[in-house]
Amino acid sequence: MTAMSDVTVLLLTFFMLTSTFVQKEPVQVTTPKSVSEIKIPETNILQILVEPNGKMFMSLDNQGDRMNVLQNVGAEYGVEFTTEEILSFKLLPCFGVPVKDMKAFLNLKPDVQDQALKGKVKGITAGIPCDSVNNEIKVWVKQARSVNPDLRIAIKAAADTPYPIIHQLMSSLQDIRENRYNLITTLKNIKEDE
Amino acid sequence: MAEVEQKDGSSKQKKFTIRVDFTPMVDMNMLLITFFMLCTTLSKPQTMEISMPSNDKNITEEDQTKVAASRAITILLGGDDRVFYYAGEPNYEDYNSLKEVSFRADGLRAVLTERNYDVIQKINELKREKLETNMSDEDFNKKASEIKNVKTAPVVMIKASDESTYENLIDALDEMQICSISKYAIVDMAEGDLFLLENYESKGGLTDQIDKSQL
Repeated sequence: MTAMSDVTVLLLTFFMLTSTFVQKEPVQVTTPKSVSEIKIPETNILQILVEPNGKMFMSLDNQGDRMNVLQNVGAEYGVEFTTEEILSFKLLPCFGVPVKDMKAFLNLKPDVQDQALKGKVKGITAGIPCDSVNNEIKVWVKQARSVNPDLRIAIKAAADTPYPIIHQLMSSLQDIRENRYNLITTLKNIKEDE
Repeated sequence: MAEVEQKDGSSKQKKFTIRVDFTPMVDMNMLLITFFMLCTTLSKPQTMEISMPSNDKNITEEDQTKVAASRAITILLGGDDRVFYYAGEPNYEDYNSLKEVSFRADGLRAVLTERNYDVIQKINELKREKLETNMSDEDFNKKASEIKNVKTAPVVMIKASDESTYENLIDALDEMQICSISKYAIVDMAEGDLFLLENYESKGGLTDQIDKSQL
């Protein structure tokens, strides 16, 4: 019995030290494979999640930054957020609703918020708009950059996303002079397809 | 007698061992392990770093396209995972100037490897040298970028059509990395490129039309 408990404790320590928690994301995307071996840094990441149908979500890893970014974006669109709403936003791992729906979204219960991000709640559109008429991605990224200058932008898109959607996002980032970013991929062996 | 009795007593005490029940602890550990195994990821995601040119309107078109035609390769990404390329300047009259390749090792990679043969050879040599002489990563990267930036190395333009997917783009970018190409750019599709694709599909059927309208 002692041997077994030794093993379990060892395994437990191993898992606790080496693993990172899975981030809750509104959609599961399959990222394309690549031979690139660069690992993504752990902190100061602004991740833009792109669904195959073009919906975009964002996640910021620092909770303090998240609060400031929300206030700044709100100020830009003339929306004032209450303390409770800001606290609710602080706890969100991933967000992605238009600013006009943000207030209603933040007043929902956490489990209803998850549903809203999947587009299942009436009156709340899922996804941050990124088109030529209403490009809120630009505003979010710009504000996030002003709050945290060390931020790195990472794009996590599904492999089967049509190129025009990616192009739209890339040119939006170019417009605000964000020319360096990371594309998240999964590792592939070069020999795999030979 | 008394001594013997004492000896007996002490040996009895030695045999008495304390037993602690470990079962609940093992249970709890197993539970924690299961929790960690299910809720965490071991591998961090890989990324590909990319820098795009700025969208500055002050840069005129002439400044952008100052690449010798002999060095330029243009890759066109079409729908249904198809990929085409042409070397140098496009020849609109000959639909065969556009060639269809694949993302397999004998497709695009073979073309680029042939074009970039010298650089790849030198990079491989450098890698061997690194293994033998314990070169630091910093030195290696510096030397590698020196080799990659030679004036004769090909410059690749990646043009993705609206039908292509993100995966195609990543695959194309991947080939750049495999083939040690340092200068590449993601460029917007021009009208001429669309024409080339259509002309290729119709096997030169559109060649007559463009000649009449331009001349």
